[in-house]
Amino acid sequence: MAEKNIRIALTGNPNSGKTTIFNHLTGTRQKVGNWPGVTVEKKEGDVEKFGCHLKIVDLPGTYSLTPFSIEEIVARNYILDENPDVVIDIIDASNLERSLYLANQLRELNCKVIFALNMADLALSRGYKIDAAKLSELLGVPVVFTVGNKGQGLDELVKTAVESAQSDVCIPETRKVRYSNDIEKAIAELRAAIEERTGPDFPYDRRWTAVKLLEDDTIIRQRLDEFLGRDSRELMEAADRLRARLTDLFHEEPEIVLTDERYGFIAGIIKEVMISSTRRRVDVSRNIDMVLTNRFLGFPIFIFFIWAMFQVTFTLGAYPMEWLEAGIGMISGGLDAMLPPGVVKTFLLDGVIAGVGSVLVFLPNILLLFFCIALFEDTGYMARAAFLMDRIMHLIGLHGKSFIPMLMGFGCNVPAIMAARTLESPKDRILTVMITPFMSCSARLPVYIVLAGTFFAAQAGTVIFLLYLTGIAVAILTGRLLRSFLLTGADAPFVMELPPYRVPMLKSLLIHMWDRAKMFLKKMGGIILVGSIIIWVLSAYPKNIDYDVDYQARIQAVNQQYAAQIADAGPQQKQGLKQAQQQQIDRLQREKQVEHAEKSYLGRIGQVMSPVFEPIGIEWRGSVAILTGFVAKEIVVSTLGVLYAVEGETDSEALRRALKSSGMTPLSALSLMVFVLLYIPCLATVAAIARETGSVRWAFLSVAYTTAVAWMASFVVYQGGGLLMG
Amino acid sequence: MRLSEMREGQSGRIVFVGGDMRLRRRILEMGLTRDSKFYIEKYAPLRDPLELTTRGMHVSLRVKEAMAITVEPLETDHG
Repeated sequence: MAEKNIRIALTGNPNSGKTTIFNHLTGTRQKVGNWPGVTVEKKEGDVEKFGCHLKIVDLPGTYSLTPFSIEEIVARNYILDENPDVVIDIIDASNLERSLYLANQLRELNCKVIFALNMADLALSRGYKIDAAKLSELLGVPVVFTVGNKGQGLDELVKTAVESAQSDVCIPETRKVRYSNDIEKAIAELRAAIEERTGPDFPYDRRWTAVKLLEDDTIIRQRLDEFLGRDSRELMEAADRLRARLTDLFHEEPEIVLTDERYGFIAGIIKEVMISSTRRRVDVSRNIDMVLTNRFLGFPIFIFFIWAMFQVTFTLGAYPMEWLEAGIGMISGGLDAMLPPGVVKTFLLDGVIAGVGSVLVFLPNILLLFFCIALFEDTGYMARAAFLMDRIMHLIGLHGKSFIPMLMGFGCNVPAIMAARTLESPKDRILTVMITPFMSCSARLPVYIVLAGTFFAAQAGTVIFLLYLTGIAVAILTGRLLRSFLLTGADAPFVMELPPYRVPMLKSLLIHMWDRAKMFLKKMGGIILVGSIIIWVLSAYPKNIDYDVDYQARIQAVNQQYAAQIADAGPQQKQGLKQAQQQQIDRLQREKQVEHAEKSYLGRIGQVMSPVFEPIGIEWRGSVAILTGFVAKEIVVSTLGVLYAVEGETDSEALRRALKSSGMTPLSALSLMVFVLLYIPCLATVAAIARETGSVRWAFLSVAYTTAVAWMASFVVYQGGGLLMG
Repeated sequence: MRLSEMREGQSGRIVFVGGDMRLRRRILEMGLTRDSKFYIEKYAPLRDPLELTTRGMHVSLRVKEAMAITVEPLETDHG
């Protein structure tokens, strides 16, 4: 017997416990992706139950189905276009009145819908009792009680959903939202006009379409235009006429009147189904907020939480990071011993493993950061953080919630940019993503330590601090610039619910964390791999370089010379001689490396680019270091080490000496640091930008913009500094 | 009187929600419809945004947004 396929969509207000129910229903068999064209997360899961194959889609949490936010458009379009067999609306029982707003919009859509009255236990403890049978009867919709975090009532919910999907019961006409007479008249008129022009293939409910036209719903208008072609003109004119008439009558736009009346309808329902026992309402969240958003304590506590998150992410994360590094080291060591020397070996070791490894080590940071963020979100604290920070962030044209991603940028830009997902408005999200790279990440710090330590000795700390401030200043300027030119328009309304505090569930925290990790590994991995290989090829090729010096012959000469000396020397001198021999050979090897770097494609590019870098006081070695820093900014230091022929890459003291003796001035060092601070974020960050903004265009813009800003800032530093010093 | 002029701990009733259409509908959809009662919970430490309770739910909005809402203060009864 063929199994029946049933598609179930979950809707509900944010914080209604929808995600918890989804997690319970689907467990770990979830597919997380994006809705096409937008960066709203799409979650799907497959479940076998009651002899049916259920495909459950978690729609974005919304308060309404108006076409004003991407989440709402996505949710509505899914229901309109994909026609799920049944929609389950998760209703927060302790917040029934507001939840019924979305619920009624679903009913108006005339799709098959059932209600899950979630967290009824909480409602009861707050002194509300809900008569589900009455609610079901009044609205003509099946109602099931659930307690999502305990998994209660979910079997019955699914059973009801399956039954409802297979039946052809509709919401009876008499149970629908009735508006006042004038509105109903207008709806009837418009509905008749629609019926006249559409056949049986018209995909939407006609009454609903009429209501939407009265509300001047741009998306529905557009769809009707496409569906009806020329016929739509008269219809639109009729709608506009009716709108004008209603506006005249109510002294108010029809959409406002309709919203008002829907709430009026809901108030009537509430009166019938909700029994408010003695008004013994203990609002725990209010008591918690007495402390957490207190005028005096709010900020210190917030700063403490952020500090704790930083500590967990970067200090605690440093241990697994070390283990990963050690593990990667072991793998490459093992391969080093196993493989014969040759192109394949260097490709694997220096290209693939070094490149992917340099990104993989961030995995613990990302897991921990997202665990913390999920904790903030699931407890309800994130909304409070936005509440506290909004005033400050609004100065840059950002939302209060942007603070956390931007701050995390000081640790690592990649998770920071991924954290921008917590922002609801796409404009805020893109803006946050675009300015986060100016937050100086921890990978840039080693560059400052080496350069500032070498050239500014006692003032190194101040110089580094000023660099961080410069980054923040550029971020603010960039924010303002983008707001006034590219991301213009009114701010998205801040109006936001401060949801009740809740004890988070470990399962959902872990699922959240794992989703991020998977995303990071999959998407970043691919791009990073390709990027590292390209950089490796550029630095390793051409293989046959015309060396100015015949290093092989020199090394042989050294060997011969010492072989003779060692043979003659006594046993005590032998040790010293061997060391001297090794030193000379090492020096020759390094010189060879430098020449190879100079003559590799990368070195040649560096030299070709030198006219570009000359005005900002960076010579070709610096520019090659900058180019390699594109893979990961930590690499800048090791490249400098290689190019300045330092003994042992990790010995920073030696690099300092070499830098000093190379003729680099403090001014050009400063210029280089400013450039490293501001220029293209690393490859992983660019990949993250492309992913989170949903378009490669923003990533390109970021690359071009940051580089231009870096160059100009360095130019100002180098030339301006030169002028100042005469 | 405007919502933004209300003080912490005051109760009121919504008279009219103004502002651009997107903001108006968002505010209305959060339950701040005409005649609904609310209680000003607090202002954020930097005096913006503000938090109010209505229909048993906590809502925060910016002072600038609150300026577009006309209200009528009620006798304080910790609504």
